[in-house]
Parts: sequence; structure tokens; C-alpha cells
Amino acid sequence: MTALLRLHGVTAFYGAIQALKGVDLEVNQGEIVTLIGSNGAGKSTLMMTICGNPRARSGEIHYDGSDITQLPTFEIMRRGLAQSPEGRRIFPRMSVHENLLMGAYGRAPGEAAEDMERIFALFPRLKERLAQRGGTLSGGEQQMLAIGRALMSRPRLLLLDEPSLGLAPLVVRQIFGAIRELNRATGLTVLLVEQNAFQALRLAHRGYVLVNGAITMAGTGPALLARPEIRAAYLEGAH
Amino acid sequence: MSARPLAPAAILRDAGLSALVAFGLFVALIGLRLVPTDNGLALEQRWRALLAIVGAVFVGRLLMLGWRAWRPAGAPTPRVLAESIRRSARWVAPLFLLLALALPLFAGRYVIDVGILVLTYVMLGWGLNIVVGLAGLLDLGYVAFYAVGAYSYALFSTTFHFGFWTTLPVAGLLAGLWGVLLGFPVLRLRGDYLAIVTLAFGEIIRVVLINWTSFTGGPNGVSDIPRPTLFGLKFNGSGDPDTFAAFFGVDYSITQRFVFLYYVILGLALLTNWVSLRLRRLPLGRAWEALREDEIACRALGINVTVTKLTAFAIGATFGGFAGAFFATRQGFVSPESFTFIESALVLAIVVLGGLGSQLGVALAALVMIGGTELFRDFAEYRMLVFGIALVVMMVLRPRGLVSGRVPSVSLGKPKEIAADLVAQGRG
Repeated sequence: MTALLRLHGVTAFYGAIQALKGVDLEVNQGEIVTLIGSNGAGKSTLMMTICGNPRARSGEIHYDGSDITQLPTFEIMRRGLAQSPEGRRIFPRMSVHENLLMGAYGRAPGEAAEDMERIFALFPRLKERLAQRGGTLSGGEQQMLAIGRALMSRPRLLLLDEPSLGLAPLVVRQIFGAIRELNRATGLTVLLVEQNAFQALRLAHRGYVLVNGAITMAGTGPALLARPEIRAAYLEGAH
Repeated sequence: MSARPLAPAAILRDAGLSALVAFGLFVALIGLRLVPTDNGLALEQRWRALLAIVGAVFVGRLLMLGWRAWRPAGAPTPRVLAESIRRSARWVAPLFLLLALALPLFAGRYVIDVGILVLTYVMLGWGLNIVVGLAGLLDLGYVAFYAVGAYSYALFSTTFHFGFWTTLPVAGLLAGLWGVLLGFPVLRLRGDYLAIVTLAFGEIIRVVLINWTSFTGGPNGVSDIPRPTLFGLKFNGSGDPDTFAAFFGVDYSITQRFVFLYYVILGLALLTNWVSLRLRRLPLGRAWEALREDEIACRALGINVTVTKLTAFAIGATFGGFAGAFFATRQGFVSPESFTFIESALVLAIVVLGGLGSQLGVALAALVMIGGTELFRDFAEYRMLVFGIALVVMMVLRPRGLVSGRVPSVSLGKPKEIAADLVAQGRG
């Protein structure tokens, strides 16, 4: 199997603070890979660094066989990556319809209409809310919109940053179900960043654990779930 | 305006406090006055004037709060009024357009001249609306592009004898170029910081115009700028065959030129409006709005933020340049004095008062602000006072502008307007 995304020794800084300390990570075609870790471990930084903002100080990021480390963000995103950013970041004053169209930026309008239908099939709620202002949606609906918007660019690799953030368990299950469905039906490759380690590891084929900007553990989802140190650090108290 | 109605005692206390504040503010400003006398300055005490103004504040506050407490059921609140304005927008806009088209048929020269002035500001407002209203980039130096357009036409026509219609695109292009030039250094800035840099940019352009005497004529400006022609026909009373009056065999009257100028600026303003409305429905226009909402999300979606911002600056500036070229040909004279910061502030006030992003709102605001100022010409001393009070009252009653809803740029079926109170206020 070839890796769709490969990070090798990636470091990143915020000013003088080193947020990533040489991260190695691979995401293979058709996989769901999750990256778990506590607050401030550098999960979101890693996600943003893949997108070139902030840019990696050293190391290499390869996507689909080519080096994307130095490319500007919009170039990277046009190569088939899409991101549903942390905190959802939908456009609050624009309608759901407009939000979705923003995801299809730079593509033919005909294709966009087609993609939108597929997203409605995945999240029927978005179709009901089409004319509504993004900011008036519930948290779960906003997350659906953020994922739907990312899918509008027909990505090969979907980067999801904390989709479960602040959502009720039932909604989280619904969203994770949709991700699993997407992966199974279309073979979409997913890199999922999560604090909700239990749910994420159950969903993912493989997982990485990030601690203080470095990968400390890697393995298949069930294998990581079974490890006592994971249970102690991330799952105690969680259901 | 959701304050709870107060009890009579509370109303009295509130009004008393307001009167006290007014007393504190005006005791030295109005109560005392220095008058020159034969032996130096003397202090005149004007307690009666002070009492009058404090009383006015007291009674005014009393009435305002009383109205809020005992408002007759069914009396329109500002919000309801605004709602009806908004709903009537469908027929108000065409009505205004018809009125604007027909104005020269029944109005005199003075009214047409005021109309030209108002339309110039409508156009400037619509141009700035692209930058501030759609893209959310607070630009306090818009007058710079107006100046670039005006001087472009002035210099091209006086030096190379280019006509108005050939120079118009050049003026727009040059202004757009300056828009990009301004855009580059400020790409990383937002909000207050962007405002400061654009403010400085406006001043730089003006100071250069004043000091580069060999090129711009300095404070003397450029005079004898040719008037625009209608397919080569001039507007003057010389009786030459290439004048409008002689060609059509009508008697010459100076009003003809005003009517012509009026229609030129009306056409230019409508072009600005048409382009903005079209752009809003294109992906580029939506990207501007998305940029205003969340720049990081835009990056995450693969939007080239640099290009998107620069196009907003460039297109907004281009229309400022067009308006500037028109200004130069209308006045026949340009000097740096016409391009001070107050002009930028006025145009921005028009955009904000009209409601960021609202085309009709901006037009109405321009009409009220510019036309209203003309109306108060007889009370020249009090113009700025009325202007200031109007701004304060407006911002208290309608903080999001006259027409503050936002219609989605795409919809399946009937477009729904997003209510004003859901539109974030004061974001720029």
C-alpha cells in the first residue's frame, strides 16, 4: 500500500515555541487514521501544518507522491485535500447554501450541484436548513455543514479537526457514523484529530498518539484501545 | 432598543442625571464666554443659555423615556418602521430609479446640480461598499483613488488632450492599480490596523499631490480641464457645428450641459451598481463575503486570500477612479483640497449609515447626507451640528444602518432576507 500522505520529521514553531518536534506519520489510501492527544499536544498544529499554515520549519510533507511542504495553502487545498477546521468555522452570516458553495470554490457550478445532492444524502438535515443562516444552526448541524463544505471540493483526503467538540454524544455518534459511511462507500481517506479517544479509536483503522508535539505511540485502533497507558491517559472517566 | 420601561420615579431620576451631565458638559462651553473689551478680555456669564440647554436635555430625556414607558399600543417602533422600509425595498428601488431618470425633465439647474453631486457620492458609496461592505476591509483612504482618477483625467486631458471617454478607462485602471499597490502591504492587516494604514495612504496621496508641484501643479491644482462631449459634440454657446446646440438645431442653454453630466454620472453609478450586484452572485463575490466572515476558514477551503483581497481593493478603487475622472470633468478644476480625509469619512459614513452591503441603503444614505447638507445650506453654521446629531440618532436607533438585512446571493425558490438583528453590528 502506498501512503497518500506522509510526514517525515516535521517540526513547526509558533514564534519561539516549538509545537511539533519531528512528527512522522502516514495515512494510506482508503484509511481512517486518527490522531489523539490531550489539550495542547499539537494536534491542531499538525493539521494546520499539513495545510501549510504555519509552514513546517523542517521535515517533509508528501501528498500523493509529491512534496507539498513549501506550497502555499490554497495550492495544497487544490490538490485534493480538504479540511473541516477546529471550531467548525462556518460562515455565520451566509446561508447554508452559500457555505456549501464556498467549499466548491473554483469549480464548475454543474459539478457543485451534483456534489451538493450527495452531501444532502449524507446529511439530510442540511437540505432542510438550506436557506438558513449558518450561525443559526445548532452545533451538530454546524459540524455537518463544516464537513459538507469540505466535501464539496471532492477531496481524496479529508482532514477533520475535532468534529465531536462540544456536541452531545448522540450527535457525535451520528457524525462518526457518517464518516464511517463515507469511508466505506467512497473509499475516502480520513485523518481525524480527536480528543474523544474512545470514539475515535473505535472508528479508525489506525491511530497515533501525540504528546507534547511528538508521536509516542502508533498502532491499529483496537490495539491502541487495549493498551493500559492509553486507557489511563485518555479513557479514564470517559465512557 | 429593548430597554425595559421604567417607573415614573426612575424616569425622573434618569432625566435628572442626564440634566446633571449636560450641566457638567456645558457649564464652561456655553455658560461662560470670553468677550474682547477695550481693556482685554472679559468673562461673560450666560446662565440663561445654559439653563435652556440643560432644561432641553431634561425635558427631552423625560419625553423619550416616557414615550418608551407609555407608548400607545400599536405605535411603530424603529424596528417595525425599518421592517416596512425593508419590505418596501422592492418597489422603492425602481421608484427611485424612475425618479432619477426623469429628474432633469422637471427640475431646474440647481436641483440637477445637486443631483449630480448626490449621484457622485452614491457611486463612491457603492464603490467603497465593495471593499468595506462585501469584503469587510475597512478602508479610510478611499478618497485616494478618487484623487488618482481625478488627476489622471486632469493631467491626461490637459497634457495630451485626451478626451473624457478615452481617459475614463485609463483613470479607472490607474486607480485600480493603486488599489493593488495599497493592497499588497496591508494583506496581513485587518480591522483597526488596516484602517490606520489606509488612512495614512489617503493622506500620502494628498500630500504628494500638494508637493509634487512640477507634475500636479501643487496647491494650485490643474485648471481648464476639458468638459465631456457627447460623441464629439461639445456643450458651449459658440455656435460651432460641433456643438450640441448647433448640431441638433436647438438654442444653447447651460442647462443642457448639466443634464448631460447628470446622465453621465447616473450611468456610471448604475454601472457600479450592476457590477456589484453581478459580482455578489459570482464565486468571487461570495469569496469576498466569506473573507469578511472568516479568513482562516477561507484558507482551509483553498481560497487564495491574497488574490481575493487584492481584487476587492482593485475593483473598489476602479470605481473610485471613475468617479474621480467624472469629478474632474464636472468641476473643470482639481486641487488637493478636494481630497481630504473628510471626504473618505463622508463616503464611509454613507456606507455605514446605509447598511454595510446594502445597495439601496447606500443610495438613500447618500441622498440624505449630501442632499440634506445642501438643504441646510442656509443654516451653514449649524450644518455640521445637524450632521452630527443625525449620525448619533441614526446609530442609536438603527446601529446596523438604514437597510441592514442581507439577502443570500443564491437560493432555491424565494430568497429569504436575514433579519437585521442577526447581522453582526459594527464589523468592518
